[in-house]
Amino acid sequence: MPTLFINKERVDVSSNVPGDTPLLWILRDYLSMTGTKYGCGIAVCGACTVWIEGQPVRACATPLSSIRQGAEITTIEGAKTKEAAAIQAAWEKLDVPQCGYCQSGQVMAAAALLARKRRPTDADIDEAMTGILCRCATYPRIRAAIKEASKALG
Amino acid sequence: MNDIRIENLSRRSFLKSGGALSAGLVLGVHVPAFAQGAAAKTGAAFEPNAFVRIGPDNTVTVVSKHLEMGQGSFTGLATILADELDAAWSQVRVEAAPADASRYNNLFWGPMQGTGGSTAIANSWEQLRRAGATARAMLVATAAQRWNVPQASLTVKGGVVMHAGSNRKATFGELAAAAASQPVPADVKLKEPKDFTLIGRHAPRVDSKAKSNGTAVFTQDLKLPGMLTALVAHPPRFGAKVASFDAAGVQGIPGVRTVLEIPTGVAVLANNFWSAKKARDAVKVQWDEGSAYKGSSTDMMAAFRKAAGEPGAVAKREGDAAAAIAGAARVVEASYEFPYLAHAAMEPLNCVIRIADDDTIEVWNGAQLHTGDQMALAKYFGVKPEKVRINTLFAGGSFGRRANPAADYLLECANIALALARAGQRNVPVKLVWTREDDTRAGYYRPAFFHALKAGLDAGGNVVGWQHRLVGQSIAAGTAFESGMVKDGVDTLSVEGAANLPYAVPAIHVDLHSPKLPVPVLWWRSVGSSHTAYSTETFVDELATAAKKDPVEFRRALLAKHPRHLAVLELAAKEAGWGKPLAPGKAGERRGRGIAVHESFASYVAQVVEVTVRKDNSFAIDRVVCAVDCGIAVNPDNVRAQMEGGIGYGLSAALYGAITLKDGVVEQSNFHDYPALRINEMPRIEVHIVPSTAAPTGVGEPGTPVVAPALANAIFAATGKRLRTLPLKLA
Repeated sequence: MPTLFINKERVDVSSNVPGDTPLLWILRDYLSMTGTKYGCGIAVCGACTVWIEGQPVRACATPLSSIRQGAEITTIEGAKTKEAAAIQAAWEKLDVPQCGYCQSGQVMAAAALLARKRRPTDADIDEAMTGILCRCATYPRIRAAIKEASKALG
Repeated sequence: MNDIRIENLSRRSFLKSGGALSAGLVLGVHVPAFAQGAAAKTGAAFEPNAFVRIGPDNTVTVVSKHLEMGQGSFTGLATILADELDAAWSQVRVEAAPADASRYNNLFWGPMQGTGGSTAIANSWEQLRRAGATARAMLVATAAQRWNVPQASLTVKGGVVMHAGSNRKATFGELAAAAASQPVPADVKLKEPKDFTLIGRHAPRVDSKAKSNGTAVFTQDLKLPGMLTALVAHPPRFGAKVASFDAAGVQGIPGVRTVLEIPTGVAVLANNFWSAKKARDAVKVQWDEGSAYKGSSTDMMAAFRKAAGEPGAVAKREGDAAAAIAGAARVVEASYEFPYLAHAAMEPLNCVIRIADDDTIEVWNGAQLHTGDQMALAKYFGVKPEKVRINTLFAGGSFGRRANPAADYLLECANIALALARAGQRNVPVKLVWTREDDTRAGYYRPAFFHALKAGLDAGGNVVGWQHRLVGQSIAAGTAFESGMVKDGVDTLSVEGAANLPYAVPAIHVDLHSPKLPVPVLWWRSVGSSHTAYSTETFVDELATAAKKDPVEFRRALLAKHPRHLAVLELAAKEAGWGKPLAPGKAGERRGRGIAVHESFASYVAQVVEVTVRKDNSFAIDRVVCAVDCGIAVNPDNVRAQMEGGIGYGLSAALYGAITLKDGVVEQSNFHDYPALRINEMPRIEVHIVPSTAAPTGVGEPGTPVVAPALANAIFAATGKRLRTLPLKLA
């Protein structure tokens, strides 16, 4: 029986759940954690970005069977790091979201970037955020808000 | 009910043994209860009209008749009402109105509720100001009675009514219950614009927080007791039907409940998405392709080009353009090709329908054409429209796709829900989910178009005649909008932006062919302007070049009678430093600057694009300077956001957007082969808003159509090459 730690809580997954079930649908359909979004199903849009062991990962293309026993998974619902708080505050301050559907993925990717690099350059932002599609093209504000959060973190 | 054929469910259905919803996880975690959007109504709330409710807890709830799909309607509409009410922005909440044509119709559309054509703010402007002012007047009357003072001695600020003489104060919440029994005043005085406290200033978006922490609820997120997820195997070609299917492969997939044939394919219902998807993919369907469309995009465009050789239905005729061109000193001709475009919103299409025991049809959807959907569903189920209750949730984008007169995905879900109900399973909410692939291949595209332009210049470089012929499918034909939008064989949606060319030309002739094809088409952010702005604004640029004039000077001379076009043109040019040399690129790079100006939905936008073309002919868009005149900017920051987003959306189409068909099969399926702009490609954008006292017009669409022609004109400035086929490729 796979055991995961999702947002710091132990989750024992029944062996009834097929191993090919992507983490995205474990979160959304079994755990009702719907902040993580379905956009493409093939890891090209990034709306489903979560952290596994702190690293941004596309949940839609992460089958249950591929996740290490005891892995630490963090979703938007459990993203309580200081970087995530700073990112969310900046997102609100600059009114980044439009339709909002991709923004959980944007926030997770951006917070992971700041955890890795407190003072990201534009090139760092491009590298970290290019995988997360936004059809509303909120990109200028995403870029500005990452810099704002970076500044707020000191 | 209706006569749509439903296969015998008991014969075709596949019922899984065991595996109820509960099977799955043994959890040591708290599963949060699903919190639904609309707040419960409180007993003592003050509801002076259909648009605002003030609770004893001092919250002001603005009811939005328009969908929030990213364009900022919730914030903008609430701003208008809250300003006249003199509420504090922090006490304002927004909820979606139910579908109701009698109270919530779009005032520009007659008796229909819907969100589109960038009309949300424009049609609501007076209505919501009055709604807010009425509520304010009733609160003031209540306080005046309570304190026994004249109404004129009271002031209202930040949600508090005050009497300066006696230093008494009451919050809206404290007055709400008593205000409810006040008579509704027949007329109210609206503010002078100088007295606005929220309009024209910065009211933060009401949905930013929920959309930054994952709690905003989209249809995709809806969870209802007993709900099943439905996926549908759709035919690979438009017009194909199910001949037969074999669901044997579904055996053994846990969580699958039913497989059934519906008019649009074979539906699979399961307890969860993944089971439904696996089962859907495992169903083997034999398609009847007897009447399926097997054409290809290249053949289609060739036929369009051929059709352009013959005159079409006349959309605009002034003077004798043919004669003027025949006598011109110089003739310029160009033709343009535009592909089909998918809307490709981030949230793939979906909806939830539940048929209750009393035949009430409850719907959850990011509804963009609320009462259109309501009527379509009422007709399908054979019930009165009021029996169809539509709960409008946030839409994860739409760009026009969720406003479909054919109500395609809703009727598909209705067929599934009805089949279940007929099999005795009423009250089962069915969530229809389209995968990205389903969404991309389902049609309802921005129509493909061919444009042919021809103009004559006299010896002085003045335009003497202009001919514009368009070939492309009509969006309105065959829909409820046909009678209003198609006149003398011309769909206004096909020629908007072309038939109303703002440039002063003495003779103009615009005509249209509207070929009928089985590929369904629909409005796509900026509709006709998504192609007419490109052809007209790059062609004008060609004429400027032929006349050896500066592109801004050339346009300026032709816009004397269109001061709002002229103002944005000049503002964009000035802010972009038009006329000053661009900083040179690196060795081997060529740089260029281009401009375009276009009116759509009564808003005026000009953009200057700066581009760098590299040695290998790839190019980067460095900077876009945008000027917009949308009348009063209700929320200037949102105007900027919509210009930024509109530019990004327009660039996605300009650089990548193409849905193509081969042997009738859509060749694209997902974001890897239908790419969209990403953050590393997004230019620096500066938005300048023209100060205005005119009534506000929309901003959701008008930023989109201008960027592609400005970019193409910049590429010409850099390389001398004119690009006339979209998406733009420099060979």
